[in-house]
Amino acid sequence: MRRRTILVLGLGALAVVAAACAPNATQSALEPKGPYAQESYDLFVPVFWVATAIFFIVQGILLFFVIRYRHRKKRTTMPPQVHGNTKLEIAWTILPAIILAGVAVPTVATIWDLAAEPEGDVLQVTVLAHQWWWEFDYPEQGIITANELHIPTDRPVYLTMCAVGLGYEQQIAPSTCQEHPAAVGDSVIHSFWVPELAGTQDVIPSRTTYLTIQADEPGTYEGQCKEFCGLSHAYMKFTVVAHDPSDFDAWVAGQQAPAVAPPAGDAGAGAIVFYSTCTGCHAIAGLEDPDGNPLIANGGPSLTHFESRQCFAGCMLANTDENLRRWLENPPAVKAGSWMPDYDLSEQELDQMVAFLNTLE
Amino acid sequence: MASVSIPTERRGGLLRRPDATTGVWSWLTTVDHKRIGILYGITAFLFFIVGGTEALLIRLQLAQPDQTILNPSVYNEIFTMHGITMVFLVVMPLSAAFFNYLLPLMIGARDVAFPRLNAFSYWAFLFAGTFIYSSWFLGGAPNGGWFGYAPNSVVDPTRGMTFYAIGLLIAGIASTVSAVNLAVTIINMRAPGMTLFRMPVFVWMGLVVQLLLAFSLPIITIGLVELLFDRLFSTHFFDPAAGGDPVLWQHLFWLFGHPEVYILILPAFGIISEVLPVFARKPLFGYQFVVFSGIAIGFIGFGVWAHHMFAVGLGPVANTAFAVSTIIIAIPTGVKIFNWLGTLWKGDIWFTTAMLFSIGVISMFVIGGLSGVMHAVVPSDYQQTDTYFIVAHFHYVLFGGAILGLFAGMYYWWPKVFGRFLNERWGKIHFWTTLIGFNLAFGPMHILGLQGMPRRIQSYPESLGLTFWNLVSTIGAFTIAVGTLVFLVIAIASFRKPKQMVADPWDARTLEWLTTSPPPVHNFDEIPVVHSLDELWHRKYAETEGGRVVPVAAGGSGQEAHGDGHGDSHAIHLPSPSYYPLVAALGLPVLGYGLIFGLPFVVAGLVILLVGLYGWVLEPSVE
Amino acid sequence: MATAEHQVQVPVTDHAATSTGLPNMKLAIWLFLASDCLLFGALISTYVLYRGASVTGPYPADVFDIPYTSVSSFVLLASSLTMVLALASIQRGDPARMRVWLLATAMLGLTFVGGQVYEFTTFAQEGLTLSTNVFGTSFYVLTGFHGAHVTVGILMLLTVVGMSFGGRITQDRAETVEIVGLYWHFVDIVWIVIFTVVYLIPTGTPPGA
Repeated sequence: MRRRTILVLGLGALAVVAAACAPNATQSALEPKGPYAQESYDLFVPVFWVATAIFFIVQGILLFFVIRYRHRKKRTTMPPQVHGNTKLEIAWTILPAIILAGVAVPTVATIWDLAAEPEGDVLQVTVLAHQWWWEFDYPEQGIITANELHIPTDRPVYLTMCAVGLGYEQQIAPSTCQEHPAAVGDSVIHSFWVPELAGTQDVIPSRTTYLTIQADEPGTYEGQCKEFCGLSHAYMKFTVVAHDPSDFDAWVAGQQAPAVAPPAGDAGAGAIVFYSTCTGCHAIAGLEDPDGNPLIANGGPSLTHFESRQCFAGCMLANTDENLRRWLENPPAVKAGSWMPDYDLSEQELDQMVAFLNTLE
Repeated sequence: MASVSIPTERRGGLLRRPDATTGVWSWLTTVDHKRIGILYGITAFLFFIVGGTEALLIRLQLAQPDQTILNPSVYNEIFTMHGITMVFLVVMPLSAAFFNYLLPLMIGARDVAFPRLNAFSYWAFLFAGTFIYSSWFLGGAPNGGWFGYAPNSVVDPTRGMTFYAIGLLIAGIASTVSAVNLAVTIINMRAPGMTLFRMPVFVWMGLVVQLLLAFSLPIITIGLVELLFDRLFSTHFFDPAAGGDPVLWQHLFWLFGHPEVYILILPAFGIISEVLPVFARKPLFGYQFVVFSGIAIGFIGFGVWAHHMFAVGLGPVANTAFAVSTIIIAIPTGVKIFNWLGTLWKGDIWFTTAMLFSIGVISMFVIGGLSGVMHAVVPSDYQQTDTYFIVAHFHYVLFGGAILGLFAGMYYWWPKVFGRFLNERWGKIHFWTTLIGFNLAFGPMHILGLQGMPRRIQSYPESLGLTFWNLVSTIGAFTIAVGTLVFLVIAIASFRKPKQMVADPWDARTLEWLTTSPPPVHNFDEIPVVHSLDELWHRKYAETEGGRVVPVAAGGSGQEAHGDGHGDSHAIHLPSPSYYPLVAALGLPVLGYGLIFGLPFVVAGLVILLVGLYGWVLEPSVE
Repeated sequence: MATAEHQVQVPVTDHAATSTGLPNMKLAIWLFLASDCLLFGALISTYVLYRGASVTGPYPADVFDIPYTSVSSFVLLASSLTMVLALASIQRGDPARMRVWLLATAMLGLTFVGGQVYEFTTFAQEGLTLSTNVFGTSFYVLTGFHGAHVTVGILMLLTVVGMSFGGRITQDRAETVEIVGLYWHFVDIVWIVIFTVVYLIPTGTPPGA
């Protein structure tokens, strides 16, 4: 029994080590890359070690008792019938209470710290959670985008979040949650989680919730929806792309530039298909349909500067021609429950659409 | 031997009173708490196999990244049904099996307060389970998670969540009436001399659980009704467009849901509080403190529910309040663990299979409890919530705590119930296989959660680096399955031996071991008079001044105190069997189908229910 | 298997000595009613939470007729009095009088339920249904659950009357009537709470109304 125990403990230690050294762990809560995630982590680590110490002490006592007091074959007497010990009871009620109080105080302090709205120069972003993709609007910059949240590294980003369904309408200008009328359609609860930058925050229809994130260094940080939200819950991901302040400004400028009308040829033909098929749900800032109407519908992700994004379809797919083609051919077959239907596009139309989308830099 | 009569002649009336004592019909009409307990146990164990199979399918799907063994639609049904099955159709009824069989015996009673109501509870539970499972064939199983968060559970277009709401309502009725029944039994039907503080800890835990059930079930009843009405009648309880609040569902669900987890664990705590002293050969350390901590857990358990909602955005005041209350509830739980350790201290420990499982509970629950405290650290919970870190926590407390504890109870009480032992050698193989498999399955989930794996996802990509531990977890799950198979074989094989058991094979401490194994239908020839805690022990042994234990001489001073508390009857009248609990219970699923499929079933269900109820009311309990 | 014994003494029912002295049935009904308190608590909480939350009308002030509902509340209150009189009758050994008072209780209860049916039909004609808005939703489900409880109570009252005609309710079995009475009074008290919270406490003007 001793040998088995050592084996189990050894495996446990190995596991802990493995956890800390896991490669490719791009969504790890143990790798804080920003001050808000750091606060959660800084609280977790000492509590973890306290818990580990208690674990070893209690399991150790259990193991010791079980071995030391096991029945020996020759024994015929019964042990003394001890009924209890009031002093011990008091001790092992008060001592854990003291340890727990020690845990509670920094817990409460950090709750309040994280709940406070950040001060000073803060980037405001509105996050709208759809089934099954994330919309990111920058009201002060006039940008609407999806799947990728671009942020600068030099200031906190304050996210105002709400959940919306398919049946909502908005103008081309980016929204704050307050602008959405109560008619939010088939919206469900989601949860925004990019563990390297912050803990999670639920995004709930009929409410507005808030989260502050900030990245220390430029880079890409993975995130995904954490609250079960239906068929494609597993495929509602996003990335946070953090830039140096000057790079961020360049990104903003690029996004603010209106779309350029596509040249003739495949891309131009693709635009024609787009105008007749897609403008009921997808907006592209700066383009107009053949009747001169701006493309402002927003049931689906805004495709303005689509080609500048690394992923699409809730970051389920990398933004490659092959994936685009596969998606456009039959979206519900790729992503269960997708609200984007199969439009039965022909092979030629698919080629033209991909060519068109490639021009949306 | 007292004469027992179960009179069966019916004076007038439509149906002849059932009178079978053997055969299928006798089981369908039984009102004997022991038979009802066995029915609960068998049914719950069958659901355990089904729920376990669902778990294996989940683990198969998640063993490697990006698999399509289960598509998202089926996956959502499977994980939902796994949760519903394990919570409502396995652990609760397994606990009910033990409570039903043992509570009257442990308090020296002949049956529960309301035997026909007891039977009704069993049948309603069975029909609730079959109703929910029939959904697979009738339009789709529930797929919104066992927690059924609105608005997703409202807007889902398949029938599954309607089956969920109705099925759990039926199960809730079963549990509520059973709770009233067993609470009255414990409070009101104890043998003479058995004061509250002479009751076994298992009985105390039983009392707390029944009260938790009685006060938490009504809340989820309303939640489920509101969900059902939103789905069926276009009401707006959780409709954000009309001003409804989806978070209301969460409050109603967790106001039930948190006491529910104590409902799930306290029976197992009660079981090991009985097993540990017997096989350590000394009394439970700190009996009153174990009892009080159980009561405290029950009370405080109603004040922690929003710790399931830390990420909802209720605000720092609410999050602080619930963080503090959750941290506080760790204290009475710790007290229990220390008292169990105190029971082992300086004992004479016999490693029967029941004892191994009980020690396993202590060990595994410590892990689950510690991760629970980590969740109470709210800013850490913002990272942990809705990840596999939580899945690890609750499986450590529910499987490592409740299931291992229930297995301990099976090995311990099998000789009493069936008159045979479960094979001890193979039992140990069952234990070690299960323990190792369990830790392989759920230990790595702590890591997976912290490395970024959310819950309830049908698949994950290679790039997140989650593959290795998912594979290990799957291997662990299948190892558990092997262990469970071993148990199944042991259980069936035990019946090949003849029913040959003494009353008290373990040299135990409580009253159920006073009577034969199995007990006669009337439990005790004479109702025992109780003089102390661990009454049976004190009839067998006395303590010298030095605390040494010596056997009491046969025919010695203890004997004349064992009079029959009632003093008179040599004729014991037991409640008669009855059809009506089964009939009344049958009305419930038919009504349920009516809510889905239309008026004819509603009418049929109401008629069956009323016939059952009126027949029940008008027949005397004993004839 | 028939035996000749039909003794009244039955160890497993409430006629035997109990640990608290309270009969099992009485303890059971108190526990059940305590549980039922939480049922109505959850429903009333839902109603209170959604006060003023309706996005469209009709709103409470548009439909409620306080004088009307006051009268029907009084009817229900009176039925508690007749219930007490029924219990007193059987405790005095007068089953005939008990039946009269039980029937009176049932009649008053039926009047209350009938009054609610009329009231809700009027509301529906004024545009307030289950699915109109959260007010309709929470109001009808709350009062509907209460009405269902009253209806079950009426059925129980009539059943006891029927059993009494069959000679099964006697002075020493008055407990059955007492238990039905406890249930009936509970339902009455719940109505007082509902009437106060829903009808009497003004909700103020909701936004956009």
